[in-house]
Amino acid sequence: MLVKFLDIAIGGLLMGGIYALIAVGFGLQYGVARVLNIAHGEFIMLGAFCTWTLFTGAGVTPLFSILFCAPFFFAFGFVTYRILFTPLRRSSESPAAFEANSMLASFGLLFVIQNLALIIWGTPVRGYSYLAFPIHLSGAVFSANRIVTLIASILLGSAFYAFLVSTRTGKAIRAAAQDPDAAELMGVRIHRVLALCFGFGTMMAALGGLLLSMTSIMLSPVMGMQYTLIAIIVVVLGGLGNIKGCFVGGFILGLVGYLVTSAQPGLSMVAYYVIFLFLLLVRPTGLLTK
Amino acid sequence: MKSRAKTYRFFIAAFTLLALLVGLPGYMSSYTVILLTNILMYVVLTLSWAIFSGPTGYISLASAAFFGAGVYMSALFSSSLPLPLVAIGGGAASFILALLVGSLTLRLKGMYFTMFTFGLVELVRNSVHWWEVNITGTVGRIILAADNTAIFYSMVAIFVAVLVVSHWITRSKLGLALQAIGESEEAAAHSGVNVTKVKTVTFAVSAFFMGASGATMSMRWTYIDPTTAFNIQFSFMPVLMAIFGGTGHLYAPIAGATVFSLLEEVLTTKFPYYYMLLFGLIMLVVIRFMPHGLEGVIEMWRNREKREPSEAA
Repeated sequence: MLVKFLDIAIGGLLMGGIYALIAVGFGLQYGVARVLNIAHGEFIMLGAFCTWTLFTGAGVTPLFSILFCAPFFFAFGFVTYRILFTPLRRSSESPAAFEANSMLASFGLLFVIQNLALIIWGTPVRGYSYLAFPIHLSGAVFSANRIVTLIASILLGSAFYAFLVSTRTGKAIRAAAQDPDAAELMGVRIHRVLALCFGFGTMMAALGGLLLSMTSIMLSPVMGMQYTLIAIIVVVLGGLGNIKGCFVGGFILGLVGYLVTSAQPGLSMVAYYVIFLFLLLVRPTGLLTK
Repeated sequence: MKSRAKTYRFFIAAFTLLALLVGLPGYMSSYTVILLTNILMYVVLTLSWAIFSGPTGYISLASAAFFGAGVYMSALFSSSLPLPLVAIGGGAASFILALLVGSLTLRLKGMYFTMFTFGLVELVRNSVHWWEVNITGTVGRIILAADNTAIFYSMVAIFVAVLVVSHWITRSKLGLALQAIGESEEAAAHSGVNVTKVKTVTFAVSAFFMGASGATMSMRWTYIDPTTAFNIQFSFMPVLMAIFGGTGHLYAPIAGATVFSLLEEVLTTKFPYYYMLLFGLIMLVVIRFMPHGLEGVIEMWRNREKREPSEAA
């Protein structure tokens, strides 16, 4: 009984770390840059595939490829925001109109990225195994890569949190999250800060995908959508723009997912969704808000 | 008086279109009939999406859920009931689903509603998939195929119904209430509009037509499974087509859907591998450079026509 309980608790936590990281990125993009990024999952997929390509093609250790993936996807997101969303924000009549337009534009982005990936990597599923030896944790058994991903995601999340609280740019981001117009009046270069947020969000998604690919799951160009959905649910669970909340939400979702998957594998998405529905109706602002 | 003239003009235009559509199959190849049916399907989906989302500004991504509900009704009853009844049954199923979903979630504001409807499709698809695998022990189902012309006529009938209903809604008190909700929900509530009821009923009405067209279209596919029935593309397409056309006038979603489904037809035949990629690029360009869609271009042109004589005088 105890072993079973531990198994579920630890297994859920291990999955939850990645969910949290993905959700932090989504929360930045929607909470600050006001882009409900339906293409978020596609960046997760891209991150996973880049890691796969680097590992199987050039023999780069997955953890090491963070050094390449992080700056590359940050720049990708930054430039995308500058080319696509900054003009949209300028031409939209109201913030609500921008939210609608940017969401639709992210659909376009989804189609483009997903189909480019299909052209580059094709339809067959990919995967690799890395650090797959077992580790015994008080009776329950897990593969080492899961534990490494949990530690990595907590480290990345904390590093980003530290960045937000202790640097000038972090302060500008927090100001933009509270009120973009007021922040602009206070001298924050708002378009640049919003593009930075979108870039960081893209980077988080790609790093989430990188860690995800390490847990020996099957990669396919169409895998992104379910993670977008998970990111949305975790963000609603934890509250928009709340990093701690994202981690709490990620762990809750990881636990529920692990619990349901061990009983009825086909129903985990349904379980996530029921939580989501319940939460939206009871506390649409998230669990941790006052 | 002016609005009555407009109503007459609307009915004359609708009647001419209808007469043309009804007469056509006799003179066309079966390819053209199928193509027209496809266009009509997208027109119906886009128009019914615009009934609710046009005036209120609530962006619903649940179309695929309602379309799929219709498809599954047809899978259950296509062997025992005639086509029109199957279509109505599919519509009714979606109507009830939308009523349930709407009454639960339509108090969510703005993007939260969009997020919810986006997930709804996945929820229904996963639930149906689980049910089929674990309870009925199958994945796909076979639908009794119907004649292409019969499907075409059924689609025309649904098209006429959705046209009449959306015309009626824009001219009625319900339409004004929806417009008021779109402008400011709180102000509408304070002026005595039963906001939740109006939204839920309209949402369900728009779902009815999506379900009916799903039930009809599935007769062309003969084999369905949860992935084809609840294809998320049926959620994206109506939104995209409505944005491309515009939602301010009745002609705009029709024009948007027609142009876009023709474009889809050309792209799928010419570039089968790059079609979705091109589609995404077109989508980005449209949103970036034509925020008000075809309608914006047409209305600008019409206003210029109107203004020029007065400037000359």
